[in-house]
Amino acid sequence: MHSFRVTSNKKALFLALLIVILIFAATMPLYIQPYIIISLTSIFMYIVLTVSWAIFSAPTRYISLASASFFGTGIYVWAILGSALPLPIVVGIGGLVSSLLALLTGLLTLRLRGLYFIIFTFGFSEFVRHSSQWWEINISGTEGRWVVGVDHTIIYYAMLILAFLTLITAYAIRRSRFGLALQSIGQFEEAAAHAGINVTAMKIMTFAISAFFMGAAGAIMATRWSYIDPSIAFSPLISFMPVLMAIFGGIGQLYGHILGAGVLTILAEVLLTEFPYYYMLLFGLILLAVILFLPHGLVGLMEKWWKGGLAGKHANT
Amino acid sequence: MRILDGEGVRKNFGGLAAVAGVDFCINQGEIVGLIGPNGAGKTTIFNLISGALNPSSGQIRFNGESITGLKPYQICKRGVARTFQSAKLFADMTVINNVLVWSLFGKSARTPVADAEMEAREALAFVGLSEKEELPAKDLGIAAQKRLEIARALATKPQVILLDEVMAGLNPTEVTQAIELIKQIWNKGISVFMIEHVMKAVMGMADRVIVLHHGEKLAEGTPEAIAKNRKVVEVYLGE
Ligand SMILES: Nc1ncnc2c1ncn2[C@@H]1O[C@H](COP(=O)(O)OP(=O)(O)O)[C@@H](O)[C@H]1O
Ligand SMILES: [Mg+2]
Repeated sequence: MHSFRVTSNKKALFLALLIVILIFAATMPLYIQPYIIISLTSIFMYIVLTVSWAIFSAPTRYISLASASFFGTGIYVWAILGSALPLPIVVGIGGLVSSLLALLTGLLTLRLRGLYFIIFTFGFSEFVRHSSQWWEINISGTEGRWVVGVDHTIIYYAMLILAFLTLITAYAIRRSRFGLALQSIGQFEEAAAHAGINVTAMKIMTFAISAFFMGAAGAIMATRWSYIDPSIAFSPLISFMPVLMAIFGGIGQLYGHILGAGVLTILAEVLLTEFPYYYMLLFGLILLAVILFLPHGLVGLMEKWWKGGLAGKHANT
Repeated sequence: MRILDGEGVRKNFGGLAAVAGVDFCINQGEIVGLIGPNGAGKTTIFNLISGALNPSSGQIRFNGESITGLKPYQICKRGVARTFQSAKLFADMTVINNVLVWSLFGKSARTPVADAEMEAREALAFVGLSEKEELPAKDLGIAAQKRLEIARALATKPQVILLDEVMAGLNPTEVTQAIELIKQIWNKGISVFMIEHVMKAVMGMADRVIVLHHGEKLAEGTPEAIAKNRKVVEVYLGE
């Protein structure tokens, strides 16, 4: 057994936990306040965004800031098709269109590395926002669009299912030969290429897979707004959040991404309601503290406690 | 029988002809040495063969088929494996996973994970790194790093292996062990094309030696002939 396969202990724990959470989450709307359902939907959305961002960026170390363009594309797919087709189909189309966009971006950007890649993906995302603004004003003759709303419980379940699918995909990729190849690209791309890996195809494909989930999440979330325009749909915040959440939770582990997304979403909401004026400032300070003092994120901290606890027990006996 | 050959191979970097129209050929079961002063273009030739670089002109053939312009992953899968002069390891990955990447992806046929794991272990045993399987690659010393590079290349079951200065930075004992290892590789029926700075090593082992100087082939012949070649002696004394 090698470390590219999760050790069986951890695997069992992970699966058990996932199943418990799932059962819990699936029955949640039966006994919980509607506003909590809405918060939980946000958490699931950020789990989808962070985990899918990490599918590509964590192993390959290509930090993408294009998430907003994929998410926003999903939102617009809903805005255009939401009244015409059933939700699952629109969500699927949202994912596919985002994937196609990712293929295109991938072809353009994946020759770039490091900082150049980061800047280009961010620039690309901004370009998409500005061009859709231009399109809406000059071609469609609208600035924004009214969106067909959907019941909160349905959005909740849709996002829960999507989060589940994203996690399964991320988990399967990590464990597979495909995951090992991605990891080797992040470690030393030139060596990976000489090991028989078609690094370009691998990167573009993964980028597209990751974008699929972001686009699907966008299509689901669109139903929550009654009105959208490009600055809402393609908000740059959506490009930064998954990066911050993954780092906050611990970029090396899947449960770190989940943890980071969950904790930061809750934190952001609490800060926003408690300190509406200092919200961004406090949020930024907490992030800085985590990055400075917890280089492996929350997961690193937990593992330290875990090991510390075990060592303590041994010392006592 | 020719297994790997280059014809008029040239590589320009801007105004510099790093490799200026070189012919070379490796026959089945041969050990061929490639020597020359620093900057002569030796590594560039390996980069051209392995597909890391595209030649500006010329042809490279493997088993009679042109592999010019193919991508590194394609050339590796065809059966030409290489090591890097400065080890390019997957630093945070374990030693065994480093090799596993090569055994899993480096062959033309899709290899099941279980088989690839076994082959990775075999390759590590072959180079004498079995005990270090679970260490992260970054914890290895120079000699072990070079061996890991070789194990990775071997894990693809190549027909030809390109060794780029695998003895550089080794102490005399380690050099002797490395020479032994290369002989064992050759014993497996793998043809060896090796760049080496340690002259003694090449001279004792190679069937043929190619001397490169300023991107051009200065001389080619048996080690004995090369050692006596006046032009070669001048280049090396002048270094
Ligand atoms: N990718 C590159 N870009 C520009 N110049 C290069 C590149 N690779 C090698 N060179 C130049 O080509 C020449 C030959 O280099 P190299 O093949 O590494 O020599 P050797 O391996 O014989 O020491 C050197 O002058 C080197 O600076
Ligand atoms: Mg060199």
